[in-house]
Amino acid sequence: MIELTRRYAFPAAHILSQSRLSAQENLAIYGKCANPNGHGHNYEVEVSVTGSIDERTGRIVSPDLLDRIFEERVGSRFARRLLNEDEAFRDRVPTAENIALVVHETLADAVAKRSNARVTRVKIVETRHNSCISGAIA
Amino acid sequence: MIRITRAIDFSASLRYARAELSDADNAALFGSRARQHGHNYRLEVTLRGEPDPVTGMVMNLKDLQQVLDDEIMARFDHRDLNLDTPYFEKDPPSPENFARVIRRILIAALPDGLLDRIRLQQDADLWVDIIEPES
Repeated sequence: MIELTRRYAFPAAHILSQSRLSAQENLAIYGKCANPNGHGHNYEVEVSVTGSIDERTGRIVSPDLLDRIFEERVGSRFARRLLNEDEAFRDRVPTAENIALVVHETLADAVAKRSNARVTRVKIVETRHNSCISGAIA
Repeated sequence: MIRITRAIDFSASLRYARAELSDADNAALFGSRARQHGHNYRLEVTLRGEPDPVTGMVMNLKDLQQVLDDEIMARFDHRDLNLDTPYFEKDPPSPENFARVIRRILIAALPDGLLDRIRLQQDADLWVDIIEPES
């Protein structure tokens, strides 16, 4: 099995809280991440794809195409934004887990439409101390 | 089952080119990668197996390092992948193709059944893994 992984990053703000809960209840669940004024991270995103190698180009997928897809679907959408304002997080708390699911879903869709590769995994590194993987672990 | 990993770093130059194409056609197909450029590669080699009951090792890392020195460093470090090696006369040295070449070399050089995976890292933001099926 051969897999190519490309690493990206975007800085974004978020607030971990559920709108149906009180400030005190959110604080009890999410701790300092519930700060209603927000906080932010340099999110790192590792996107892994697999597929057959195009013998002409030697590539599973053009990294330039992958870069364009990432910028269109993730970079331009989330970089220097408050994630809670994105429609994907209207009813979902923007935890690293949910960010990984949303990024995985949107990239998988675009990569499948525009190349012969498929996304196997998206890893979100939220800080040096926590990261999260959506998809298959090789 | 234990997995152990050894990493080496080496530097090489390369250009993406198909032998049957003109310089202009290669530039159209591969863009700036058709120009000679270079990378600091990192290769991680992971072996799997049970530790030997006497030595406590899956493979002696000294022996593994010797294989990596003889088979990988000697061939590729401070070389041009197109001009100094026979592997990319026809196919471009994409990380996918380069990883496949390295895998073939290591399969031939290592004791049978030990190789678990390789990771060829071209730079901090791009790498290729080849994972051997479970035997």
